[in-house]
Amino acid sequence: MQETQPSRINDFVVKLANVNGTGSASANGLLMKAIFRMGVPVMGKNFFPSNIQGLPTWYEIRVSKDGYVSRSGFVDLMVAMNAETYAKDVAEVRNGGYLIYDSTWPRDKALTREGVTVFGIPLAKLCNEHFPVARTRILMKNVAYVGALVALIDIDLGIIEQLLREEFASKPKLVDSNLQAIKLGYDYAKQHFPCPLPLKLERMDRTAGHIMIDGNTAAALGCLYAGATVGAWYPITPSTSLMDAFKMFCEQYRKDPDTGQRNFCIVQAEDELAAIGMVIGANWAGARAFTPTSGPGISLMSEFIDFAYYAEIPTVIFDVQRTGPSTGMPTRTQQCDLLLCAYASHGDTRHICLYPSNPEECFYLSVEAFDLAERLQTPVFVMTDIDIGMNDWMCRELKWNDSYRPDRGKVLNREQIMALKGPLQRYVDVDGDGITYRTLPGVHAKGAYFTRGSGHAKSGKYTEDEVEYQEVVDRLLVKWDTAKKLVPKPVLTGSGRNKLGILSLGSCDGAVREATDQLARRGLQFDYLRVKAFPFGTEVQSFLDAHERVFVVEQNRDAQLVGLLKLETVVDPEKLVSIRQYSGLPIDCRVIVDGVSESLRKVVAA
Amino acid sequence: MSFIAKPKINHPDMPKNALGLTARQYEGAMSTLCAGCGHDSITAAITQAIWELAIPPERIAKMSGIGCSSKTTAYFVGNAHGINSVHGRMPAVATGANVANRELYYIGVSGDGDTLSIGLGQFAHTIRRNLDMLYVIENNGVYGLTKGQFSASADLGSKAKRGEVNSFAPIDPVLFGMSLGASFVARGFSGDKGQLVPLLKAGLMHEGFALIDVISPCVTFNDHEGSTKSYAHTRKYSTQVISADYVPRAESITVTYEPGTAIPVQMHDGSTVVLHKVAADYDPTDRSKALGYLQEHRAKGEIVTGLLYMEENRPDFHGTVNSAATPLVNLPMEKLIPGDAALRELQKDYA
Repeated sequence: MQETQPSRINDFVVKLANVNGTGSASANGLLMKAIFRMGVPVMGKNFFPSNIQGLPTWYEIRVSKDGYVSRSGFVDLMVAMNAETYAKDVAEVRNGGYLIYDSTWPRDKALTREGVTVFGIPLAKLCNEHFPVARTRILMKNVAYVGALVALIDIDLGIIEQLLREEFASKPKLVDSNLQAIKLGYDYAKQHFPCPLPLKLERMDRTAGHIMIDGNTAAALGCLYAGATVGAWYPITPSTSLMDAFKMFCEQYRKDPDTGQRNFCIVQAEDELAAIGMVIGANWAGARAFTPTSGPGISLMSEFIDFAYYAEIPTVIFDVQRTGPSTGMPTRTQQCDLLLCAYASHGDTRHICLYPSNPEECFYLSVEAFDLAERLQTPVFVMTDIDIGMNDWMCRELKWNDSYRPDRGKVLNREQIMALKGPLQRYVDVDGDGITYRTLPGVHAKGAYFTRGSGHAKSGKYTEDEVEYQEVVDRLLVKWDTAKKLVPKPVLTGSGRNKLGILSLGSCDGAVREATDQLARRGLQFDYLRVKAFPFGTEVQSFLDAHERVFVVEQNRDAQLVGLLKLETVVDPEKLVSIRQYSGLPIDCRVIVDGVSESLRKVVAA
Repeated sequence: MSFIAKPKINHPDMPKNALGLTARQYEGAMSTLCAGCGHDSITAAITQAIWELAIPPERIAKMSGIGCSSKTTAYFVGNAHGINSVHGRMPAVATGANVANRELYYIGVSGDGDTLSIGLGQFAHTIRRNLDMLYVIENNGVYGLTKGQFSASADLGSKAKRGEVNSFAPIDPVLFGMSLGASFVARGFSGDKGQLVPLLKAGLMHEGFALIDVISPCVTFNDHEGSTKSYAHTRKYSTQVISADYVPRAESITVTYEPGTAIPVQMHDGSTVVLHKVAADYDPTDRSKALGYLQEHRAKGEIVTGLLYMEENRPDFHGTVNSAATPLVNLPMEKLIPGDAALRELQKDYA
């Protein structure tokens, strides 16, 4: 057994290549959680097919003592459980790395590669000998490779046991069989391989005060804590688990203990058109309502979205972005709806978009989305993607301030309605901020008005008069300016005095941070501005003004963020250098480091 | 349309309802539809029904989509909230509003294009959920605002104004609703207000989805010879099988009915709807028999009207999903937000 790598403690990537539908997800989750419990920062990314059973699926676990959350772009240890993808999997391992495969069957030619140490473990054989039921054998094969990894990378066995006991608290028999499988793999590795490997774990204390959570679950918690009572949706990957989580939380926290009645209502609509219609109807009636969807759903919802914009009805939409166009790759990530959501639908429309960069921000920005939607009486998009939405991220524990009171915006109550001197002037800008006063049905007849998507005067009445029409749409621009001041400010990292800038958003954050660290080691200093919202505030304009060159990092083919900057700020387009990854895999820092270096080299050469 | 608005003056002798309001106080903005439009008669019937039921205006929510029919929600109960949304999507907006506030009377007004073409899907699913609302289709077989195209309810062989013959079979909203399990199905005619007002009242008080298809001739594009949705054609071929009486709670105890010819149906608020059998062989409580009857008579070219099917003991959407009796919009935020301690506790599952 040759040792080609220096010791790599708490800094490596394990990738697991499986066939979907074989129960590998829970085994891989166990692995990651165990590392997390050892106090070592860890990130898991799931690359799965749009399929239920039989297609290749990968799970990538990055152990990073420095807390980097994006993909490193390298694989140090591959667990190759899928013969169909052997060739691709072995090719991906970096020189000096390791590969584990199921040696029950003769070793495949594809598994031979110089510079990679291959460990064969007869996983199927071991499981077939120990477990009588066919389905159990398949499931336990995965648990057995976890057992081998426990030995190879020195995972704390006690933590594995504890996690299994927590997982199967109500089914003690399953704890036993899982532990048996762990032991099978563990013993085999101990007997046959030099355990532990140079790449291994050591306990740290860097995960205290943190949780492992995916963005969809965190966003659902945000909806719960925002006081949302109505959710309407049509199932679509990758947003489905958001509503699943909301339902789970509501069943727990929103059921009347005495009557069993539900203080919430979730409607599974017939399509996205209906889902958004329901959300608009519920918000119009005064509830906090939302819909989770993805790109194709936004396309279908468009007509209703600008109804809400023009009739000024609060609406919260989650777009968990997936790879387009068309059906695209429903389980692969992209940031490809930036323009779609910013300008959704016909006519002159612009919408507020929030861009959380991780599940923690999904929680806080979800709450903020409802406040902004009601304050500004307009649609608000919370734009995440598969990487944030469906992967478990290590995040700081979520905090809640019990003094929080939702901002319900300018809604006249009964007394205020009764004090009105004449009929409600629904769209008159009393305060000069472009936001007008609304009333809710059921409160008082004096507050009644007619909501319409057709041309209306500031009184709310139907109009086709050019002056009256324009007065309302111009006032909407005043409201847009107000929005610029209310949306979350961008986050600046760096001194602010560097000549070079990086501007990015959302799930690119981890990769950008790692890239700036790497570039700093090469002597290149950057200021990094992460936008958290559209419309852009003055900070974005100042950042563009203050930097000679701004690298714009995003995950779509057409440089949509660059497009938004060109449309919405005053900037010399020559200044903007686009760096993009849009393959469907989450961006890694290499793309950024290489892109920046290449561009700077060209400048020097020129 | 008329250009002279009636003055909003309440003569002291005008009759008042239980709330002390006159029928004029339930009127809305002036109609902008063509003079003689069936829709205006329906607006008048809706106004009268709401007035007679003495529903407080703030308890009414008027829902509509796009089209001539959908404009009419602006023409009744001006002091109630209304929402004129997008084409064919009123059912979704009504669903969301109803889910949020179950205490309002939701009145949806739609047309045959809005319901049976662009909105057929939402219409079907709202029936399926038995959403508590009155859904009125102002059915004229034609697209008026776009000047006279056939709609999906136009009968096979019926003629457009310029002579074009419709070559596609119609979707009959009554048969459609019946087959999807609608809990209340009626058909009326804009030219028969006497029949229509009790249907509307029964529909408003029905707990669940009340579908009323109202034949409502379009005087501009579909009231000619060869049209099967004209005033003349509807008068000639319509027959009432069940006439309905709405009896308010206070009076319902004292009324007696002749068995066999009248079926009293108890409503949730204690009032009664009495179904009088005009056609002895029609049973408005047996869905499959009623459906057979309606299909048979439609094949003969007859337009069967009346309260065609009624089922009062089925839960509406709220009942099915067991949502709070208090409207969701009235639940205090303190009750809805679990708070810091709960958040700390639940995060243990994620550590």
